[in-house]
Amino acid sequence: MSDSTREDSQRYPGVRRTVVRTVAALVGMFAFAFALVPLYDVFCEVTGINGKTRGSAQALIHEEVDESRMVTVQFITRSGSGLPWNLDVETRQVRVHPGQSAEVNFAFHNRSDSGSWGRAVPSVSPSSAAPHLRKMTCFCFEEQHLTAGERLELPLVFQVARDLPSDVNTLTLVYTLYPVTRDKAPLQARATAGKGDEA
Amino acid sequence: MAPKLPPHHPVEQSTASAAGGQASAHHAPPRGLLRWLLTTNHKEIGSLYLIFSLIMFFIGGIFALVVRAELFQPGLQLVNPEFFNQMTTMHGLIMVFAAVMPAFTGLANWMIPLQIGAPDMALPRLNNFSFWLLPVAFLLLLSTLLMPGGGPNFGWTFYAPLSTTYAPPSTTFFILSLHIAGISSILGAINIVATILNMRAPGMRMMDMPLFVWTWLITAFLLIAVMPVLAGVITMMLMDINFGTSFFNAAGGGDPVLFQHLFWFFGHPEVYIMILPAFGIVSAIIPTFARKRLFGYASMVYATASIAILSFLVWAHHMFVVGLPLVAELFFMYTTMLIAVPTGVKVFNWITTLFRGSITFEPPMLFALAFVVLFTIGGFSGLMLAIAPADFQYHDTYFVVAHFHYVLVPGAVFAIMAGVYYWLPKWTGHYPNVKLAQWHFWLSVIGVNLTFFPMHFSGLAGMPRRIPDYALQFADFNLVSSLGAFMFGASQLVFVAVVILCVRGGEKAPAKAWEGAEDLEWSVPSPAPLHTFETPPTFQRHEH
Repeated sequence: MSDSTREDSQRYPGVRRTVVRTVAALVGMFAFAFALVPLYDVFCEVTGINGKTRGSAQALIHEEVDESRMVTVQFITRSGSGLPWNLDVETRQVRVHPGQSAEVNFAFHNRSDSGSWGRAVPSVSPSSAAPHLRKMTCFCFEEQHLTAGERLELPLVFQVARDLPSDVNTLTLVYTLYPVTRDKAPLQARATAGKGDEA
Repeated sequence: MAPKLPPHHPVEQSTASAAGGQASAHHAPPRGLLRWLLTTNHKEIGSLYLIFSLIMFFIGGIFALVVRAELFQPGLQLVNPEFFNQMTTMHGLIMVFAAVMPAFTGLANWMIPLQIGAPDMALPRLNNFSFWLLPVAFLLLLSTLLMPGGGPNFGWTFYAPLSTTYAPPSTTFFILSLHIAGISSILGAINIVATILNMRAPGMRMMDMPLFVWTWLITAFLLIAVMPVLAGVITMMLMDINFGTSFFNAAGGGDPVLFQHLFWFFGHPEVYIMILPAFGIVSAIIPTFARKRLFGYASMVYATASIAILSFLVWAHHMFVVGLPLVAELFFMYTTMLIAVPTGVKVFNWITTLFRGSITFEPPMLFALAFVVLFTIGGFSGLMLAIAPADFQYHDTYFVVAHFHYVLVPGAVFAIMAGVYYWLPKWTGHYPNVKLAQWHFWLSVIGVNLTFFPMHFSGLAGMPRRIPDYALQFADFNLVSSLGAFMFGASQLVFVAVVILCVRGGEKAPAKAWEGAEDLEWSVPSPAPLHTFETPPTFQRHEH
């Protein structure tokens, strides 16, 4: 080793400034990477790309129903991902006029003999239609708990807004079931699992 | 790549030399292993980087040969699919992070101070630290292969949730090793920026710097900008795996597509990190052996900078099939195609430099010329992939494999080899053996084309990437690819022989080893003494 660092920092005073600036840039970029996570969500929500719908209930907008136009709304449910539940929808598709609200029931069924937490995550296709699908009530806003063998019917109340792009005639709404592991969940699940045996 | 280093200047007061890094001014350097462990000399660290990279090139190459051996014929012969996946993943990770990137850093360490007339790198001790992080990082990465559940098996792009929810238990070690390698690259980049911006010989303006220095300066800025993003992504993975967060887990409100956006925001600049210094090397070699000034020096600098800036605007062209909105597909398609413009400027400048030059075909020139031709082929298949609708067919096929291997093997790797042949006389004081070097060149160039050219066809015919078995109609293409791969692999042993022979002896090289070479490094003796430019040289400006 030599003391060339010390010599050099005297000979080249700019080195220190460069290092300080590059380290600042580094820290900034690291923070930026994390900032991209919320920014991505905001971006997706504002533009509606990625098929993301609002995560909370929206108010019904009272607008004149556009009788001249019919839109088909299809429902697809997907289970799996390690959650022993079925999710079924009472009807595979409904036809609505823009502006009109509709209600569709979804049936959850826990096939296993223990209780568990799950969540249905929505996605809309085409993604350009996502911001125009307004949900007044949806089971997807919160997590569900089903005891062993429990069946649960939950409604989705939605409205297709009138400003839906005119080239969209069919909307597909997909719900995918995911397991939820929460610190609280196993406790509650265990508490109810005992009673669930009767079912 | 392992030059025999000249002995240190004998220094007086050489007592207690290796006394545990108690650095007192002007004591004798430690001997043996400690000399290498503690060195702060840019030339020694440069050599360490190059040797490390060569070893890793062979380890990553062996992994590739395992893959090619399995793909020699349809069906499962040699390895099981789980191990095959680990091999493709490790091959990619090792080649990108442990072979190509450290090789360029090694060349930068050796040559940047010599090319700008500086006595050493700006931060010599940091330099030592950034090198020694690398063996730690990659020993850790390689050790995951021996862990229960095996090593990383999710491809070098480690897409979530494959690398989080479904990953082997060793993934946490993979994350740590990538963090360490990333810190090493970042520290190296800071050092290079600090050196170039502050330590140029008096009178050398930015626009007087050799292009290797320019391209490395821009590469270092890219590294500083995107390596922290990679660090962020793998930190999020770490938290998803171990701390119950849901950055990339749809069940908890996260998004796997977000992973791909973040990864490629790092990943696309990363591919330019692996090619811009190659442009610099080729821009040094072609004028030397065409005995003409480089055509369009300023446009080369601006083209490099434009490529670097554009690299931040094209990341989603790796994701055309994830379901991007049409607007995004169009945006990323056009920005990607825009990159062909500055790249075209570069290729044009190299060809125009050759035009009416008085060309000779020394080994470095052979590799540089092969670089220009074969890199351009890789560029063209890149343009095909940039067409979003066409990419729906090409995506995740061997066409993509052919494309990026053309830009990385006869691109980046050939440029590194060209650089090694070009600067070996400066490092060792001897010329490399021309006959052997020619054998190396021709075997490599034939091997590389045999390996990767048929992949264009198997890819267009629909053969998917990352599979251990394939449909019968791809058998012939794969047979040729595998034969070529073993030929290419074996020919690299010739390269090692050339380097070792060159270190040990050979035709003596003068200070200016190549007749047409002009940059400052050719003004110091060959082999370059351990300490050079302790008093700054006087820089003679010549018109570019």
